[in-house]
Amino acid sequence: MKPLTTAMLCLTLSSVGWAEDIPSTLETTIEIRHLDVSEYHRPYVAVWIQDEDRNAVASLAVWYQITGSRKDAGTKWLPDLRQWWRRTGRSLEMPVDGVSGATRPAGTHKLSFAITDSRLVDLPAGKYSLVVEAAREVGGRELVEIPFTWPLGQSKSLKAKGKNELGEVTLNAK
Amino acid sequence: MIRFSLSILLLVCLVPKTGSAHKVWLRPSQTTLSGSEPWVTVDAAVSNDLFFFNHFPLKLDGLQIIAPNGNEVETQNQSVGKYRSVFDLPLTQQGTYRIAVVNHGVFASWEQSGERKRFRGTSESLQHEIPSDATHVQVTESVGRVETFVTNGEPSNESIQPTGKGVELFPLTHPNDLYTGEKSGFRFVVNGKPMQGLEITIIRGGTRYRDTQEEMQFTTDENGEFTVQWTEPGMYWLETRTEDNETKIPDAQTRRLSYAATLEVLPQ
Repeated sequence: MKPLTTAMLCLTLSSVGWAEDIPSTLETTIEIRHLDVSEYHRPYVAVWIQDEDRNAVASLAVWYQITGSRKDAGTKWLPDLRQWWRRTGRSLEMPVDGVSGATRPAGTHKLSFAITDSRLVDLPAGKYSLVVEAAREVGGRELVEIPFTWPLGQSKSLKAKGKNELGEVTLNAK
Repeated sequence: MIRFSLSILLLVCLVPKTGSAHKVWLRPSQTTLSGSEPWVTVDAAVSNDLFFFNHFPLKLDGLQIIAPNGNEVETQNQSVGKYRSVFDLPLTQQGTYRIAVVNHGVFASWEQSGERKRFRGTSESLQHEIPSDATHVQVTESVGRVETFVTNGEPSNESIQPTGKGVELFPLTHPNDLYTGEKSGFRFVVNGKPMQGLEITIIRGGTRYRDTQEEMQFTTDENGEFTVQWTEPGMYWLETRTEDNETKIPDAQTRRLSYAATLEVLPQ
């Protein structure tokens, strides 16, 4: 077999594999811990995907104080999400459509992204991490990472757990 | 993460129990000095992060500096900036200076013609504020002290004696003699008397550089005392607050008392 044919065959096979394995949805759940503290504020939370060099390749969500006495009042504290800020936040113009949202209460929150989402559709195969960072006023800050290989196989389910601010974080492909 | 916007800075000092308890602090450039006339410069601010000025400056209206000989002395180069106030203090005497911002005021609320009204200020000005037809009048007295200590030469005790007003720290270990690996004792007094059951929070500065506040919590014993074992050097912020009914202001039902101090712990 000529090298070119081999290459083409491999390409065909991998394409077939892709078509069978590729899930239609990427889903993540994020648990914000219930905390018994005298002064509680909902945390700022950011969710993104980074590559092996920790470059942010997809900004999935950032929850912060959107409304306030002044316009953009809540953006002052976005750098408290210090890794998110460095990796992507500081180069974004807030709010970002489909990414920015209001802060959320303690509990588990689900985010779903279609595989055809512009942030995912062109993601080259490789090793990545889902990163969730939380920072709470007069509280703590925590970062939880789930390493994964893209594309994710069907029904792939990954988990990680925070200690202080974040509870269980999951990543599923469906 | 709602950030409280306070249009009136005074409010921060007068109302210990706001929905959002920002940290109020004075931070001296250093606490242990020597020489014929060393100077300290002090930052004064209200913020969440210790000791970073990023929220509000602390008003210096109630600034009160007691020199080692017990006399009040003046500061120099006072300035109120966007996020912090600043002043300088030449330490012309040997011994310990007590640097404090003391606030004493009232806050009140009442209803007039079905409308809820609020007031913050001094007890004298309050007399003219509440209309005669007001109902549901609630008046709360507020006494707050924010302080720090600096020493030129050998620590002394004259300036750090309790005044008998509000919550005060009576150091069993001198506040400028705190070192890692050692235990320091403190007594809290309210109106000059030891107070049991006060809840004390102590947080080391530099919170920006770590993921948790690493608060230390203490409760004063029957003598109003508690002991701290210092493990790391740094500037520490200590806070407590309480409430009682011992108010002498007419119409006031309760009195809110708050106290915050900045203490420097040096390495061995």
